Amino acid sequence: MMKADRTELSLIGVAIAVAIAAQFSPNWLVFTLTLAISTGLVVMGVVMLMRAGLVSFGQGLFYCLGGYAVGLGGRFLGITDALVLIGLGVVATVAIAMILGLLVTRYREIFFAMLSLAFSMILYGILVKSHGLGSTDGFGVVDWTLLWFDSETSDGANMALMLAIAVALVIALFLNRYFKSSIGLACEAIRENEVRVEYMGISRQQILYINYVIAAAIGSVGGSMTALAAGHVDPTMAYWTISGEFVFIAILGGTGHVAAPFIAALIFTLVRTYAVELAPNAWQMILGIVLLLIILFLPKGIWSLFTRKKGAAS
Amino acid sequence: MKTIQQRNIWQKTLLSTATSVALASAGVMGLTATAHAQDSFKVGFVTFLSGGASGPFGVPASQGAKVVVDAINEGTLPAPYDSKGVNGLTLEMVEVDEAGGPTKQVEEYRNLVERQNVNAVIGYISSGDCLAVGPVAEEMKTFTIAFDCGTSRMFEELEDPKYVFRTGLDAVADNVGAARYLAETRPDAKRIAGIQQNYAWGQDSWQDFTLAMEQLMPEAEIVNNQTPQIFQGSYGTEISALQTRRPEIVHSSMWGGDMESFVAQANARGLLAQATALLTTGESGLHRFDGQAPNGTILGGRGPFGGFMPENDLSEWFSKAYEEEHGTPPSYPASKAAQAILALKYAADNSGADGVPSSEELAAALKGAKFESVSGTVNMGLAGGHQAVQPMLYGEYHFEDGQAELRNVKSYAGDCVSAPDGYNAQEWIKEGFPGSSCD
Repeated sequence: MMKADRTELSLIGVAIAVAIAAQFSPNWLVFTLTLAISTGLVVMGVVMLMRAGLVSFGQGLFYCLGGYAVGLGGRFLGITDALVLIGLGVVATVAIAMILGLLVTRYREIFFAMLSLAFSMILYGILVKSHGLGSTDGFGVVDWTLLWFDSETSDGANMALMLAIAVALVIALFLNRYFKSSIGLACEAIRENEVRVEYMGISRQQILYINYVIAAAIGSVGGSMTALAAGHVDPTMAYWTISGEFVFIAILGGTGHVAAPFIAALIFTLVRTYAVELAPNAWQMILGIVLLLIILFLPKGIWSLFTRKKGAAS
Repeated sequence: MKTIQQRNIWQKTLLSTATSVALASAGVMGLTATAHAQDSFKVGFVTFLSGGASGPFGVPASQGAKVVVDAINEGTLPAPYDSKGVNGLTLEMVEVDEAGGPTKQVEEYRNLVERQNVNAVIGYISSGDCLAVGPVAEEMKTFTIAFDCGTSRMFEELEDPKYVFRTGLDAVADNVGAARYLAETRPDAKRIAGIQQNYAWGQDSWQDFTLAMEQLMPEAEIVNNQTPQIFQGSYGTEISALQTRRPEIVHSSMWGGDMESFVAQANARGLLAQATALLTTGESGLHRFDGQAPNGTILGGRGPFGGFMPENDLSEWFSKAYEEEHGTPPSYPASKAAQAILALKYAADNSGADGVPSSEELAAALKGAKFESVSGTVNMGLAGGHQAVQPMLYGEYHFEDGQAELRNVKSYAGDCVSAPDGYNAQEWIKEGFPGSSCD
């Protein structure tokens, strides 16, 4: 049994602190936080691929699959339990990612980026053509339950946040160990030099495939959480601009730590919502300038703020 | 040397971070401080301020709303709205951009209600946003008016609404009205074609239109339907495909820039010389075609809005005030936004509340009400008193001596184009419009 390391203890600590702080936060912040954590999960998937040297402009595919699994599972299968709905999304996503992975992990760089983008846009196209599913208007997600709670009777927004924190914590703990495991380290090695990895007797194809499927499953969980919180799904979830947003947040946070995507997603969401409020006609410009400044001053992402501080202290 | 440089950068970064955090928190505090002044009524107005729908719809709607809000605060509206403010309170409007999709709009709706403390929300052009925001508005118990979105699913999916209203017609009315206009003015047309943007609005419109045509003009044949991407801009292929099918009527639910480019291109390519275009949202181009659309093109304005507004004190005042401020007569999105603001004023003035009316009081006042508007008397007669019933109008575009006007305008009563309560709109059309009276 491995002993819990410092990162794990602090992750658990932060999760508990956020959960407690949420009880005293205004409702809008609870909701924004839930969305940010869900987005952070999808970004985790992008970061996993980035660590292996691949940039995916199609993570929206899995985000959308997770969201639609929640929507369709509730509507057509009559499932209301949030955990079962999330599980349904993961199963469907893993099945699809296992097929797509066979093809896309053979490609690198721009070819990988374009292929992943193409697959997510295919899903977008199919959903837009699906008149029965509301086409671009999408459809509402049924009222859901969680174990013995009911989102109707109890405080739905708070419950969604608690679920998001719990799910994100489990995934963050898993990924923290995954990044240090042989597969996780092999991914970084593949980014540095694929040929050497092969010479060491490791199959790069196999490593990238496993990595791709896990990243897809995590993206699906993020999509499911977004659907449960927002109560509506629509095909824009698979549109390439959404995938681009995930890549952007990944760069914003940096690939240094499992907590980075969540912090970056929260900053991104908060900057956006305040920009919308302060300058309804120019919020994109404010968002752009802030993000540009962060990238100019922190080229390794927001997480480098923390590592630099540590360096200065020691 | 190197360490000094590093430290400098680090200090700069820290400084810039600290400054931005300080600025952001100052902004937050400043906003929460102003939000609690309760001698005013705060309304959130959500419409497209960026993206493809902002030019033709979002910005005119926002301008139309502002013209009315200013007049309400100055007390310069004609009767019955000549009292100052809403229920005596200054009306304060906060604008939010509708761009970004339903998930973001749900987030921004919550922010409007809980962070900006608005008393009511008016807005939403996109049907997807209406569908997503409706349940949230009910959950948050906030008086909300959808002013433009056209999906007929809105009150089908929102069972027993209490706080959500729609002061405009749905898209079913547009297309049933279009079919009725064809049946009345072009009864001999045999070959009907269509061109729709490939998304929910286009698909729904074409479905409702073809269903209505089967009932009203069973002799006519649907020969073709093209579905270009939204914001495609260039329609050469689609126009050629339509021309080979020799249609007499081309129905299109395309809107805004897409609609205007299609008309210009189809006119230049000769399609509109052989066929008459029927544009369900064509009114927004009435003062922009400048003769690029042939005379006789059939235009709709999604109800008695824009160029279809009836002559009454309110519409005359609104057209004049809008034109004075913005240099062009109001198009239908501007009139629809004005109508929603007037509905709010009606609800507030009749709420019987002392001070700021609650969402419950506003909803009770507007439910099933008949109020005066720029489009005549609006009857909130559907969806249990939450959805407006209004006549649907179509007319022909004519451009002479630099002046555009609508001729041969026909009006169809509200219950002639809208399904009664309890009916799914498509079922209602298929069953031959039961319960409709069209005279």
